[in-house]
Parts: sequence; structure tokens; C-alpha cells
Amino acid sequence: MRGASFVAAPDPRDPYAAEFANLERGAFASEPEWLRASRRQGLDRFLEKGFPTTKDEAWKYTNVAPIARQRFLPAAQLEGDGLSAERLQPITFSQYEGSRLVFVNGHYAPRLSILKEIPPGVRAGSLAKMLAWDPKAVERHLGRYAKPEGNPFAALNAAFLQDGAFIEVPPQTVVEQPIHVLFVSTFHPTPSVSYPRNLIVVGDEAQVTVTESYAGLDEGVYMTNAVTEAIVGPSGRLDHYKLQRESEKAFHVGTLQIHQERGSVVSDNSISFGGALVRNDLNAWFNGEGGELSLYGLYSTHGTQHVDNHTRVDHAKPACTSRELYKGILDGRSRGIFYGNVIVHQDAQKTNAMQTNKNLLLSKDALADSTPGLQILANDVKCKHGSSIGQLDEGAVFYLRSRGLDADAARALLTYAFAREIVDQVKVAAMHAVLSIQLLSRLPHMEVVREAL
Amino acid sequence: MALLEIRNLSASVTGKEILKGVDLTVSLGEVHAIMGPNGSGKSTLANVLAGRPNYEVTGGSVAYDGKDLLAMKPENRAREGVFLAFQYPVEIPGVGNAYFLKSALNAIRRYKGQPELDAMEFMDLVKDKTKLLGLDESFLGRSLNDGFSGGEKKRNEIFQMAVLEPRLAVLDETDSGLDIDALKVVANGVNSMRGPDRAIVVVTHYQRILDYIVPDVVHVLANGRIAKSGGRDLAIELEKRGYAWVEEEAAAAGR
Repeated sequence: MRGASFVAAPDPRDPYAAEFANLERGAFASEPEWLRASRRQGLDRFLEKGFPTTKDEAWKYTNVAPIARQRFLPAAQLEGDGLSAERLQPITFSQYEGSRLVFVNGHYAPRLSILKEIPPGVRAGSLAKMLAWDPKAVERHLGRYAKPEGNPFAALNAAFLQDGAFIEVPPQTVVEQPIHVLFVSTFHPTPSVSYPRNLIVVGDEAQVTVTESYAGLDEGVYMTNAVTEAIVGPSGRLDHYKLQRESEKAFHVGTLQIHQERGSVVSDNSISFGGALVRNDLNAWFNGEGGELSLYGLYSTHGTQHVDNHTRVDHAKPACTSRELYKGILDGRSRGIFYGNVIVHQDAQKTNAMQTNKNLLLSKDALADSTPGLQILANDVKCKHGSSIGQLDEGAVFYLRSRGLDADAARALLTYAFAREIVDQVKVAAMHAVLSIQLLSRLPHMEVVREAL
Repeated sequence: MALLEIRNLSASVTGKEILKGVDLTVSLGEVHAIMGPNGSGKSTLANVLAGRPNYEVTGGSVAYDGKDLLAMKPENRAREGVFLAFQYPVEIPGVGNAYFLKSALNAIRRYKGQPELDAMEFMDLVKDKTKLLGLDESFLGRSLNDGFSGGEKKRNEIFQMAVLEPRLAVLDETDSGLDIDALKVVANGVNSMRGPDRAIVVVTHYQRILDYIVPDVVHVLANGRIAKSGGRDLAIELEKRGYAWVEEEAAAAGR
């Protein structure tokens, strides 16, 4: 080593530690003690381990080095509400009815948000505002389900969270119209990072539908690190959607943490179209008997996009049902990952769990990794899982061609049909319509499908 | 004029030679039956005519309406009026029956330079044809063959044929797996399409369907060749005596 001189590579944690120290003296200083402690804990967890590497089992297919080495300007320093409603148009659901909470670069944008037909007692709005107005309502739940242990990105979100949706539905209350939560990122010459944080609390026998959208208005580089905690009380019902349409240069890492009490019914449909590097984590915990959970996912990628979906369902109590179907359509040199884990705890007898992942490769350079998994510690259960990776069925292509459709049209139709199974699970009509159209614009040779619609 | 002229056609599937010199001429207005034991090449012949990939033609020619059929892509064969009713129709979840059939019909109409049908015109066209095949209209909204019973799939094939109105229809063992009632419905659908502007080739193992779709000519395919041709009576004789004697006769004649 003589004669060589070394400059230690900069530690990617340093800027985060420095930024945190600044905020602790500034914006965080006036916050309630519990929140400051929770932030500190998040930061400590992150500093302890740093960014994950592909040596970590949970991250073995996804290299986050591009995120680690990128310096991000905190989106908190960007302007928020300067956006016109017209610019928002392409990413809203055109015939959308109901309430809309819009966040621009992480800031709540009251001018772009609409609240209507919200039954009395329901609270829907900005988490930051709720923190100022009724901190106890937030303290009861925030960070109690999505723990910073285990996921360094969730830890960073805990440390730096600023705003997001707060939705609370009191017992026996039904919110008829879906509540749409939209996180928009606009172009900024310096890449920025935002930390959306959502809290959805559904009371006993209450019902609500929430759609969570992440979208980039410009093709810029930025990072979204989002965490949503959803708590559903006994016999409550939550229909949740996540629609990820970030810029194709953006990084998106998001966690949805679901906590279900006895007899509650939850569905989630996660659609990933955008992003350069995307990681979706979904963790669900059955905390009472007789819960039901349906998980659907669709990831459609092209170019060099990389989308990683990790789901984990904990059957901690008996007689719960979980059904899961994730589908990937991978084109170009893109890569899609599904990693599923269903854990049936020792006492969780009469568990019914089904997990399926199917991948369609549209090009020879696209890559899919599929790892469904079950860990069963109870003995009276019904569980099955399956996965497939393949190309279009040539027999089906020939069948369609033999009726007069050309080869490209036949392939387009079959590809569209493959995706439809997931899209058709979307019960919000306006969202279904928008998704169908966007799917057509994403996949190759869709003209024929569009004509036939 | 002959609509279809097959001359000395040989073909192999995954390297194995199945057709070994088939000669067959079918004219407009005629119904031909092609019978034969399992493995004789009946389905191979049907699929070669439709242009199934991996069915390799190794010799001979097929003229359709005077054109080289084998040079055409499968979709162009369909647009020129060739229709294969599949022995095993493919299930395609996510593609609606009506939606699919309208796409197919309009692809054919475009090819012929005819105006495309809109959704209303299409529905008017197909309504009567669903009744003809005893299909409930709700079936139009279902996914293509997805979860259909064997009988429903076969009826759907004939329904598609009724809508697309081919000039040459090849029915590949459409009778297999059908109970007698379903068979009558299918046969009725096929018979309604008999006419001077169309030729129909019925490929079958059993003569039962020929009680309902009465053929003008019956051929026996054995060992990859047409071993014998005759009238309606030949089918009845085959039913009684089986196929072995035809194969023996053909072997003795050196064919």
C-alpha cells in the first residue's frame, strides 16, 4: 500500500444525518416530543445499517446503489402549490367524482384539493395539519404498524416524514365516494426527495375506498419514499388502490402496512407503470379472526425499468383468508420481481391462503424473477401458491390469426387480456377507464385493441 | 371450378412425416367428409390448410381459388375465406367473445375493402346467429371459450363460422365430445350454411355426424394418403367394417 493514497468513499448516510441535525434545530424543534423521538428512532435505525445491499435477502434482486449515491434536495424546500389544475388533468381520473387530496412535491395543495360528500365525523385531509390540530389522533397510530426496523427506507420515512393523507372513518360510517390521494412531482433541476406519509384509520363496521396515486408531471429525476399505514377495525372494510406513474427517471420506494382486526375485509390493487427503479413493499397483519384480504398487482415495464414487489402476509390469527394475484408484463430490457411470503402462525388454524404470480415476457431481453413463498406453522390450513414466467401462448396466437387478426394484433390482444384480469378488479369506474386507456398506450401494437373497444 | 386443389401434399410435424402425398379436389357447393383412423393425418391436413406454425409442408401444392394457399399467412387465408373449426378451441380469458369476433370480422372486411361494422351493426348481425346455435346472448360478453363446456366451445366455433361466412370451412372433429342434442344443433348450424358459394370439409372419426350433415363425397385418409373415395355409402360401410380393410386394400394396390 506504500505510495498509494486513499480517499475514503463518502458515506451515503452522512448527508441524511446532516440534514436531520439541521431539521432538529429548525422545523422539528417545535414538534411534540413523541414525534421527535419517533423521528430520532427512524434516523438511528437508518444510520445503524445504512442502505441495503444485494447481500440482504430482501433486496437481493434490487440494487439501490443509484439511490444511495444520489444527493437529493429535500422536497420540503421546493415550491408546492404553484401548479394549475389544468396541468394536473392528465394524472387525475377524468370523470372523477368524490374527494381529492393533492400533494405537490410533498406539500399539501389545498387549492387543488376537493372535499365533498364526506359523512359527518369522517376526517380526511393533510397529516401535517392534523398534527397541528389534533396531535393525539395521529399519535395513536403513526409508526405503530410500519416499524422502522427491517426496512431502511421506512426508517428514513419515519425520520423525515412531512405530510400526506390523514383519513379517519368513525365506526359504522360508510364513505360512499372514493377518496383520491394524489402525490405529484414536478421538475426541478436538482433531484429532490419527498417522504409522503399516509394514515388510514377505518373504524368498526366502517367502510371507505382510498386510491393512492404517485405521478410525475415531467420526466425528471427525483425520489419518492412513501409509507402508508392502514388500520381496519373489527368488521371494517377498506378498498385500497395504489397507482404508481412516476417519471421513468424517478426512484420510488413505498411501503403499505395493513393491520386488520377481527372480521375486517381489505383489498389492495397495486398498479406500477412508472419509475426507473421501483420497490413496492406490502405487509399485512391479521390481528383478529375471520379477516379477509385480497391483493392484486400489475407491473408493466419497458426500457430499462426495474420494479420489485415484495408482499408479506402474516396470518397471526385463525380463520382468515388471503388471496393474492400479481401479474407482470415485461418488455425491452426491463426487469420485474415478485417476492411473496405468507406466514401462517402456529395458532392460525383454518387459514386459507392463495398466492399466484404470473409474468409475461414480451422481449427476449426482459427478465422476471418470481419467488412465491409459504411458511406454515399451523396444521389445519388450506394454502397454495404458484408462479409462471413465459411468453404468449403460440396456440392462442394462431387461433386469433386463423380468424383474420394479424400477428401483431393477436399478440396485442392477448397481452391486453393478460393485464385485464387485474385491471378489471378495479371497482372505481373512473380509475378503471383511465387505467384501460393507459394500458393501451403502454403496450406495443395496441391500435387494434383500441379500435375494437 | 374447383375451390380447393390439393396435389401430392406432404407435411411433417416436429420432424415426423404425417401427410405423404394427399390429393383432394373440392368444388364450391360441395360437402366432403374426410374420415380415417386415429393418427392417419386428418387433423394435420386441417391444420396445414389453416397455416398452423410448426406444421411443415415438405412437398406438393394447395391451390385455393387458383391462388397458392401455402404461401399465405394464416390471417390472409382467413381473410380470403378459409375457416378452420378447431378440434380444441383455445380458451382466452380476458378477451370477450363479441369483442374478438368484431375485431376478426372487421379485419376481414378491411382486407376486402368493405366498410367496418360499428358495435350496433355488429350486434344486429350476430343476434340471429346466436339463436341459430342455441347460444344465450349473454355468451357474447363472456371471455372467449373461457370455462366453456366442450359442447359450448364447438357451438362457438360454428357460431364464428356463421358470422365470418367463409368460402371454405374445414371442421376438425367438431363432433367429438358432443352429446346427440349438441350434435344436432351444430349440424343444423352447418347445414344452414350449405350453399353454392361455399364448400365444407368435415373431418371426422365417426360417421354419426354424417347422418346430420350429409356429405356429397366421402374420403378415407390412411397412412397420410387418401386411400379411398366414394359416396355417402362409404361412410356407412366404414361404420360397419372399421378402417382396416381400406388400409389393406390400399396397401395391396401399392398406394
